[in-house]
Amino acid sequence: MTQSQTLKRTPLYDCHLEAGGKMVEFAGWEMPVQYAGVIEEHRAVRTAAGLFDVSHMGEVSVRGAGAEAVLQRLTPNDVSKLAPGRAHYSGLLTERGTYIDDLLVYRLAAEDFLVVVNASNAGRDFAWMEARAAGEAEVTDASDRYALLALQGPQALAILAPLASPEIAGLKYYGFLQGQVDGAPAIISRTGYTGEDGFELYLSPEDAPRIWRRLLAAGAVPTGLGARDTLRLEAAMALYGHEIDETTTPFEAGLGWVVKLDKGEFIGRNVLVSQKAEGVPRKLVGFEVTGRGIARQGHGVVSDGGTVGAVTSGTFSPTFEKALGMAYVPPAMAAPGTPLTLDVRGKALPAVVVGMPFYRRAR
Amino acid sequence: MYPSDYLYSREHEWVKVEDDVCVLGITEFAQQELGEVVFVELPEVGQVFNSNDELGTIESVKAVAEVYTPVAGEVVEVNDAVVDDPELLNEDPQGEGWLIKLRFSSAADLKSLMNAEQYEEFVQSGEA
Repeated sequence: MTQSQTLKRTPLYDCHLEAGGKMVEFAGWEMPVQYAGVIEEHRAVRTAAGLFDVSHMGEVSVRGAGAEAVLQRLTPNDVSKLAPGRAHYSGLLTERGTYIDDLLVYRLAAEDFLVVVNASNAGRDFAWMEARAAGEAEVTDASDRYALLALQGPQALAILAPLASPEIAGLKYYGFLQGQVDGAPAIISRTGYTGEDGFELYLSPEDAPRIWRRLLAAGAVPTGLGARDTLRLEAAMALYGHEIDETTTPFEAGLGWVVKLDKGEFIGRNVLVSQKAEGVPRKLVGFEVTGRGIARQGHGVVSDGGTVGAVTSGTFSPTFEKALGMAYVPPAMAAPGTPLTLDVRGKALPAVVVGMPFYRRAR
Repeated sequence: MYPSDYLYSREHEWVKVEDDVCVLGITEFAQQELGEVVFVELPEVGQVFNSNDELGTIESVKAVAEVYTPVAGEVVEVNDAVVDDPELLNEDPQGEGWLIKLRFSSAADLKSLMNAEQYEEFVQSGEA
């Protein structure tokens, strides 16, 4: 237990203990994996609203006259199309077109951007960006400025509305505003990682515990990283270290829509141009286990006695009450309906390719 | 929390001896560590195990755990209820959520196990 002395804690740490959170190590942070239970929390997000502390995520501020040009060069999505008050999903890519990280870019103002990155990569992302801004833009690690709460689920708006700027009801998906929650300044963004409607709230560390408690009092259910993972998996959202990493490109991961090849030069573009022309060597697919068991990350996809692919994520889906997952397979095996054989600890587990996302909310 | 007529292993299994048969399951501590159990795989009646062999797996939403038998013997009964309804393992791991009954081949295997008091200490020591 000596390890906990070196783990970082978010401003919500005491709130998690209060709510009965079971704390675990995650990416160098001491985070709640669950409170009442993963399945119960998962269902609360699908049917009502869950509240997550995701303050471990990193934030990088990119400002100045050259900020747009820097981000155009560092990321594959087209930042010139991003209006102030809008965010988009993108990534940091290597020269090989593979992922250093996936991220969100918020355009706060014409020359002021906030880039939100994974906790596990935050230090490296910041160094990568700073080194390549080359005096054109001011790149600052802003992670300590923000606590980040995610309020997710069909009741999210009803719970947040009485506490927040009235304009939040009009926010579109991936829109945000700089307003207030409970009288405190906040960036309120209609984004999330669950497949539900909801908001992410960028708050000052001092205000966040009070707002967390108010949102729970208003009916939000505290939800941990365990349910965050089952929710994102049902929504078929990629997780760094699973579906994407430094060996995978956006095209392989089914994220080609973030790659705007016609926007001009960006890091990784040359490789992606040829991959687009030649086709990908493997594709990410969703699968449903048809036998008895659960496939997990690292289990092989086997065919004719050889390993032809690998499971990137797998779990028991609380919504569908069956084992689901994602895997890389050869393109010839990627069509929905294709039977797969997974190697689960030496045993053959049958599965079938299904379309993604597994879960799509009713609108 | 830990019945005094059970014996306990360091891998958090319990056994209850009934003549030459022992009932085997996982402890309350193991249940709490695993979280919500969603899948249980158990051996078939007639299978024979050496002590410390893996006899099945238990999966929760977030993890998989192997179950080892601390005693050698032959499986004489399997708790199908827990296979059909894995939540039983969370609700009553030391009762209705038992896993298998084993006709043990050597009573000596039982000597390496802890009594309830020792197991409680083991769990609370933080070494578990």
